[in-house]
Amino acid sequence: MSAAPTEPSGFIGWLDKRFPILHVWNAHFADYYAPKNLNFWSFFGSLALLVLVIQIVTGIWLAMNYKPSAVDAFASVEYIMRDVDWGWLIRYLHSTGASAFFIVIYLHMFRALMWGSYRKPRELLWIIGVIIYLAMMATAFFGYLLPWGQMSYWGAQVIVNLFAAVPDIGEPLSAWVRGDYVISDATLNRFFAFHFLIPFLLAGLVFIHIVALHRVGSNNPDGIEIKDKKDENGRPLDGIPFHPYYTVKDTVGVVGFLAIFAAIVFFAPDFGGLFLEGPNFQPADPLKTPPHIAPVWYFTPFYAMLRAVPPIAGSQFPGVVVMFAAILIMFFLPWLDRSPVKSMRYKGKISRIALGLFVVSFIALAYLGLMPASDLYTFLSRVFTIIYFAFFILMPIYSKLDKTLPVPERVTL
Amino acid sequence: MRNAIFAIALLLATPFGLAMASGHEPETEDADIDLTDHASLQRGAKYFMNYCLGCHSLKYMRYSRVAQDIGISDSDLRNNLLYGNAKPGDMITNSMRPEDGELWFGAVVPDLTLVARWRTPDWVYTYLKSFYLDDSRPYGVNNLMFPDVGMPPVLSGLQGIQEPVYAEGYEPAPGAPVDKAHVIGVKLVKQGSLTPEQYDAMARDLTNFLTYIGEPMKLQRQQLGIYVLLFLGVLFVLAFYLKKEYWKDVH
Repeated sequence: MSAAPTEPSGFIGWLDKRFPILHVWNAHFADYYAPKNLNFWSFFGSLALLVLVIQIVTGIWLAMNYKPSAVDAFASVEYIMRDVDWGWLIRYLHSTGASAFFIVIYLHMFRALMWGSYRKPRELLWIIGVIIYLAMMATAFFGYLLPWGQMSYWGAQVIVNLFAAVPDIGEPLSAWVRGDYVISDATLNRFFAFHFLIPFLLAGLVFIHIVALHRVGSNNPDGIEIKDKKDENGRPLDGIPFHPYYTVKDTVGVVGFLAIFAAIVFFAPDFGGLFLEGPNFQPADPLKTPPHIAPVWYFTPFYAMLRAVPPIAGSQFPGVVVMFAAILIMFFLPWLDRSPVKSMRYKGKISRIALGLFVVSFIALAYLGLMPASDLYTFLSRVFTIIYFAFFILMPIYSKLDKTLPVPERVTL
Repeated sequence: MRNAIFAIALLLATPFGLAMASGHEPETEDADIDLTDHASLQRGAKYFMNYCLGCHSLKYMRYSRVAQDIGISDSDLRNNLLYGNAKPGDMITNSMRPEDGELWFGAVVPDLTLVARWRTPDWVYTYLKSFYLDDSRPYGVNNLMFPDVGMPPVLSGLQGIQEPVYAEGYEPAPGAPVDKAHVIGVKLVKQGSLTPEQYDAMARDLTNFLTYIGEPMKLQRQQLGIYVLLFLGVLFVLAFYLKKEYWKDVH
């Protein structure tokens, strides 16, 4: 380590004697070496952190005027939109932020798939990431009930009913989740409590994610370890200090992202009914089922899988299992990839086609999950569900078979 | 890479194309509204208070906010738009109870604050113009946009009376009840106190007003958005050149 020979003076010096402020700063910013060849795809990590902060800050401000009761919830959201100073802006930031969070995370995960960032030594980093994704989905699900619109209500009804498909204990289990026999005031109250709590757990998980990242070091588009080639001071030859290089570079990413984000918030907060769904501008009515119920877009790939699996002996349980398996299978990814190389740059045709098909299936399932079911759509959902799982299950075979390209010694710019 | 993008686009185009072909919602007419037209919004407010408010509330919106936003003076508001003991700071409610609506119209009369958001402005406009005679309904009318609607034809004195237009090849037997599955349009058979052009203008003003009510801050939001994007544009240029300056020694 390259500790500074002179002790800092002044306030920083006083502080550093009592709290390792300089150590933290150096270990994670000024003396943390990141590969110098990181490109566009590495923006999404810092952007995910930014969106988490946006969601927590706007969420707390919304909670100052929101009322988690079946009688008042819908009206309190309109009160925020109309009577609270800048309430409409805070609410649109929060509703757009929810979708932006998933877009950023999906691109972040795609980056990991491209660069092989789940491979040794980053297995645990990847697993923490999947846990973060699960926590995000839980928060989003709880949060979507809070506006208490028709889609909030019936979407929650459909998802909580999934628990009822569990054999034997299903009915009492779903009633235990709801706190009632239907989605009601009791459900709204507990969902609000969880929606408020989980983001702080999420922040903790993100902290652990970054600690793990800084232990193993950042991956890069070439998928090679910069720590393998060091200079006489022990610094990676292909590394540059995170600060100032990546703080200024991520600033560009942040401002670019904020411009797109602001364009949606200020000019298309509904985003054509994808980010704010039309039926959710009607208050929840337990007696009136909407003709077409679909979850928000970021859940629809899994919803399409749920509908694609035919019921066995009248039970939807197999579909529920498949839906959860689609997420749980991600945990095993680090051990499914048997390719001698990490990055898609040096993998062969089969791996590239597999990843391409996987992305196409995911997007197609997202679309199919939004649409009302039809014979053709159910058939397509089945095809894409099979491709989705085949990407993981067949990976040990095709990643081994694939012809790889020679990996360079040093990173390429 | 280009091949991959093309393949993805092709695969995605398939279900999208199919979805387009299978849609059969009744077509809406372009409402052609203008949220900056205060005169139109004021007429819309007047029509709403006179013809709609008896049954439909705007319970998430305050009178004073409407007046302030669309340029109605305090005295005009008090003299022309406030009924009963309503005060400017009140929400725009009425005295109809939900159970009244169920008793009289077979359904709770919906609050219309957000109607232009859960429907679309075009839908509202077309709905107002799509009532037609149907003796099988309690109030003698049906609506092309909203089959078996419970609402009576409150504007027919102005618009007149419309009959259903059937799909080509379908001939209803004389005296047979209206088969709404075959109704594809409406035609005016007896003009009310307004000409069709005047009625269209009225429906447009009402739609404009309801669209404003649905999102009263819409113009403010777009205006602010321009400044925010301009600011971020300048910041982006600065951030970009700052990055370039720092990175020029990275090889």
